[in-house]
Amino acid sequence: MKTYTNEALLSPVLDDDGAPFWQYAAQGELRIQACSDCGELRFPPRPCCPHCHSFESEWRKMSGRGRVWSYVIPHPPLLPAYAEQAPYNAIVVELAEAPRIRLVGNLVSGPEAPLNSVLPERLRIGARVQVAFTEVNGMSVPRWVLERA
Amino acid sequence: MAGIKDATAVVGIGQTPFAKQLPESEKALACRAILAALDDAGIAPAEVDALASYTMEETDEVEVAKAVGLGDLSFFSKVGFGGGGSCATVAHLAGAIASGQATVGVAWRSRKRGSGPRPWKNTDVQLPTPAQWTRPFGLLRPADEIGMLARRYMHEYGATRDHLFNVALACRNRANQNPAAIMYERPLTREMYMTSRWISEPLCLFDNCLETDGALACVIVSAERARDCRRRPVYVHSAAQGLPAQHHGMVNYWNDDPLTGPAWSAARHLWKHADFTPEDVDVAQIYDAFTPLIPLSLEGYGFCGRGEGAAFTEGGALEIGGLLPINTGGGGLSEAYVHGFNLINEGVKQLRGTSTAQVPGAATCLVTAGEGVPTSALLLRA
Repeated sequence: MKTYTNEALLSPVLDDDGAPFWQYAAQGELRIQACSDCGELRFPPRPCCPHCHSFESEWRKMSGRGRVWSYVIPHPPLLPAYAEQAPYNAIVVELAEAPRIRLVGNLVSGPEAPLNSVLPERLRIGARVQVAFTEVNGMSVPRWVLERA
Repeated sequence: MAGIKDATAVVGIGQTPFAKQLPESEKALACRAILAALDDAGIAPAEVDALASYTMEETDEVEVAKAVGLGDLSFFSKVGFGGGGSCATVAHLAGAIASGQATVGVAWRSRKRGSGPRPWKNTDVQLPTPAQWTRPFGLLRPADEIGMLARRYMHEYGATRDHLFNVALACRNRANQNPAAIMYERPLTREMYMTSRWISEPLCLFDNCLETDGALACVIVSAERARDCRRRPVYVHSAAQGLPAQHHGMVNYWNDDPLTGPAWSAARHLWKHADFTPEDVDVAQIYDAFTPLIPLSLEGYGFCGRGEGAAFTEGGALEIGGLLPINTGGGGLSEAYVHGFNLINEGVKQLRGTSTAQVPGAATCLVTAGEGVPTSALLLRA
């Protein structure tokens, strides 16, 4: 297997609103913040519900299935750890059960594979993908694999 | 309500040379541009009592005021969101002067983006919210963030790289007429565009703005006073800022309709207070950090329908003599990238009749700030 320096990739810097997302990710779960009162999902996380203004929220478990909404293929100049894997892909995924909820991520051939492990020609808007978690600098982060590889 | 319609005018403009690298500091360049604008207006620095600027610049009001010898300031504002704030500086000064809080306002921008650091390399600043949802995945630069929206736009509406080339070419053609432009003597061909290196697919090198050192400024006074100034007044007809509901900045992936951005919000307010319509605009200066911002802005500001912005660029529409000549000094893509302030000054030149790519008889001009971030826009008239 090709070795690459995943360790040098940027880690998410947590804040109060987002911390639960990463805690659930560490357990291998994709959970999205939802209002405890009106039930609306919201992303990115924030202190209160923009629909009903409740400050009570819960984290709802998602199936982890989605579709590619858009993608880019970054080329240098980039930060060194990313330049090393360029050209790679960055994608936006809309979740199957909540298409308005979209997550930025990477389409990879397997959870541990590098950011450039899927050929750019294989990227398609609308492609069905499934979440898979991997560890970067001791933090569990979501990656995405094709449902039918 | 009196409002600001035609109550104030731009009476002076100034700029430094533009280059990849200028020896002077950002502060010194700011002072030169401001003094040049005041000289253009025929107004002494001591008469200035208002300043407006926008973020991502180091020089503050205290430094500027004491260096160029301004009078007592009674109004000073700094607008957020970098390139989205350019037109808002003029808007804030127009509001302050129209409401009697000040009499002579100066707006300016000085930047060393050509020789200074690339902002996206500073990950300390970039990583807190909402960057935790984007940067770790290699969505590092504005080109990546806008490229994501551009790909979706192309997918939904059938826009192609040729449409983006139309934008790059129109700006380059105007720069080839403008001796002050960085790209004055460097024509662009379709072949050069199609074979250039990628920055973030679907965006190539020529879809990205320049990296420039330089500074610009303009002077705003009441319409009454403008009549006594040295130059023909260019009136601030309408002005607006725009931060749409549920907007997320340049990573606007999380609302119902990510392809309608701040331009749509700013446009609603801009036209509500105007005596003319998009059809009456003779020339436009549209913020062009990236080529896809032009079709998005053409839709947002009402020059065409939803999804028609790319098709609008066909048949030389953006060139001189076309449906809507844009960025007649070369814009951020080919004149200089000074966070959009050169677009304001170019709008003034058009309405004075002194542009290097003059639209015959131009009497109305739209100027916009950065689309894709909380933005602002101006309607100027002769």
